[in-house]
Amino acid sequence: MLLEIKDLHASINGKEILKGLNLKVNRGEVHAIMGPNGTGKSTLASIIAGRDIYDISKGEIYYKDKELLDMAIEDRAREGIFIGFQYPVEIPGVSMTNFMRTAVNEIRQYRGEEPLSAAEFLAMMEDRKKLLELHSKLTNRSVNEGFSGGEKKRNEIFQMAMLNPELAILDETDSGLDIDALRVVANGVNKLRRPDNATVVITHYQRLLDYIVPDFVHILYEGKIVKTGPKELALELEEKGYDWVKNEIAK
Amino acid sequence: METNFSLQSFLVEQYKNNQKTIKEGDSSKLAQMRDKAFEAFAENGFPDKSMDNWRSTDLTKALSHDYKILLQAPPYNPVDSYFKCNIKDFDTFMFTFLNGWYVHKNVPLTVFPDGIIVGSLAHAKKEYPEIVDKYLGTIAKDNNNPMLNLNGAFMQDGAFVYVPEGVQISKPLQIVNIVNTKEDLLIQNRNLIIVEKNAALKLVHCDDSVTTTDTFINSVSEIYVGQNAEVSYYKLENKDSQSLLINSLYVKQENDSRFLSNGITFNSGVTRNTITVNIDGSNCDADVNGLYLVDKQQKVDNYVRINHNKPHSRSSQLYKGIMDDQASGSFTGYVYVEKDAQKTEAYQTNNNIALTDEASVGANPFLEIYADDVKCSHGATIGQLDNEALFYMRQRGICERNSRMLLMYAFAMEVVNKIDIEALHKQTDDMVSRRLRGELSICDMCELHCGDHTELHFEIDMSKI
Repeated sequence: MLLEIKDLHASINGKEILKGLNLKVNRGEVHAIMGPNGTGKSTLASIIAGRDIYDISKGEIYYKDKELLDMAIEDRAREGIFIGFQYPVEIPGVSMTNFMRTAVNEIRQYRGEEPLSAAEFLAMMEDRKKLLELHSKLTNRSVNEGFSGGEKKRNEIFQMAMLNPELAILDETDSGLDIDALRVVANGVNKLRRPDNATVVITHYQRLLDYIVPDFVHILYEGKIVKTGPKELALELEEKGYDWVKNEIAK
Repeated sequence: METNFSLQSFLVEQYKNNQKTIKEGDSSKLAQMRDKAFEAFAENGFPDKSMDNWRSTDLTKALSHDYKILLQAPPYNPVDSYFKCNIKDFDTFMFTFLNGWYVHKNVPLTVFPDGIIVGSLAHAKKEYPEIVDKYLGTIAKDNNNPMLNLNGAFMQDGAFVYVPEGVQISKPLQIVNIVNTKEDLLIQNRNLIIVEKNAALKLVHCDDSVTTTDTFINSVSEIYVGQNAEVSYYKLENKDSQSLLINSLYVKQENDSRFLSNGITFNSGVTRNTITVNIDGSNCDADVNGLYLVDKQQKVDNYVRINHNKPHSRSSQLYKGIMDDQASGSFTGYVYVEKDAQKTEAYQTNNNIALTDEASVGANPFLEIYADDVKCSHGATIGQLDNEALFYMRQRGICERNSRMLLMYAFAMEVVNKIDIEALHKQTDDMVSRRLRGELSICDMCELHCGDHTELHFEIDMSKI
């Protein structure tokens, strides 16, 4: 198993957000986590990334059979976890090229591999761009600086392609995207899909799932996964709305 | 250290007893100017922290220190054996000064075929009195800088540079001030740089310590930028922790002239940089930039004043600092716009990063505007590194140390990127990245520590950081 979350309870400023969340992700799978705003979707992504503002009162997270919560932020990344952020931060003055080169080579170093030379690295960037059909010059600019919303999300997918993660968690990557940008993002995720990696797509809308076909759909509600089903669950949810879920639970 | 010793009284005595030596070769105008400066110094002494412009510069320790002064040029002593500037591909005309005196072998002034004159001010005042008298002391005028009085009284040697009308120097001129002494010296060089109408000069000015004694440098430079002339002035400071360096630069700009300065402080004991630009013409550009990267107990104080005395000119100031440990850095930026200086554009930015709670940062922007049709702005920030950016970088696998390094490097590069001499830009870029990694300290050969490192290519080869 790649990721296993057991009975996770997490709170921030004394307010409990996650209230016993369970999730299992195997290699080769694509999971979608859906749910209304404020139910803990982004909190889950943040905790997996390693943000230390949460108080974890109960539960465990195992990643590749290791206790994830004990690992440093960068070590999680080096072990293959990638988070596609909902609001990617702008870093003026740090060029995308320097940023990615540093990241790629630090990860390689962690794995005991030789750093890539400048030429090898540039070739890799070109290759990844081609794969994603990115024609923009995003890589010549400072990280996310002055990027539009769509450019930022495309850049997240580009970084994902460069870092080649084992577990990618895309936090509301579809929010604020027009159809074209949505296609680029979905296309990237599909192309990077392999039998030995897994993707967790966190989304508010069913729309993204027209392009990324999940193996499992989970509904996160009030800090717990209350329903899991095949891809059709997303359509049902879209049709019947979150009130339906509430009623289901009430029953 | 003798507690009762007063540097001011000592210097007053020295002047009285050695007037003849100090004034040797002075024109009558210069001798008079000197006496006036001396009287002002005898009366007012050193600046103290009660003075508005000197609040951040602490001279206390120096004022009871028994310094030696060298009133005569030392015998010829080539610096080649212990100093070499090895900035890669940096092709310059280099002139060196040792302990304040021009190092030469019977050629105190070099005259280039196109008429450029470079060399010793002590000789220029005798050989070119008409030029020296016309400019010396006319540009560096400032009632708020008592260090000018002291320098004005004791100045003997320093760099003399004359670029005649219409002449553009073919490669940068490099002036290197080396301190190599076993004694604690008070060095007061005076540099006079004259760039006439339609002429152009790129000047790189380095302050180097070879030895680490308690030196006190009180340096004054005057730069005249003639009509439609262009001067780029680069100042690199990498001093040992015991040094006290007071630099005062005064610039006068005529119509249609351009002046760019970039001062980078890598290490310092106590450093104070004063830059005053008098824009006495229209359609001028003045671009004054600085970067200071200090740690431990280092102190850097930058004071910039731009006086817009005529209409239709533009100025900008960009100063950035990173303070680590208990270091302190301050920037005071003045923009003064005279009543008649309409259509002035003046911008000022000062950004600081304090890496620790003990680091101290001062940002003091001032606008004093008497014209009513101007565009002026100032902005000052003091902050820490962006935690969100650090988190984002670490999520991509970059360790915290390197994430911080990348952010600091990016912050500093905005200033470094304004250097328009390629070899110097590359070298400075390299020095900044090494400085941020804590590698760049004082070299025993040359303060710039240029010769003995492998190149880093920060832009491409990030694996080494």
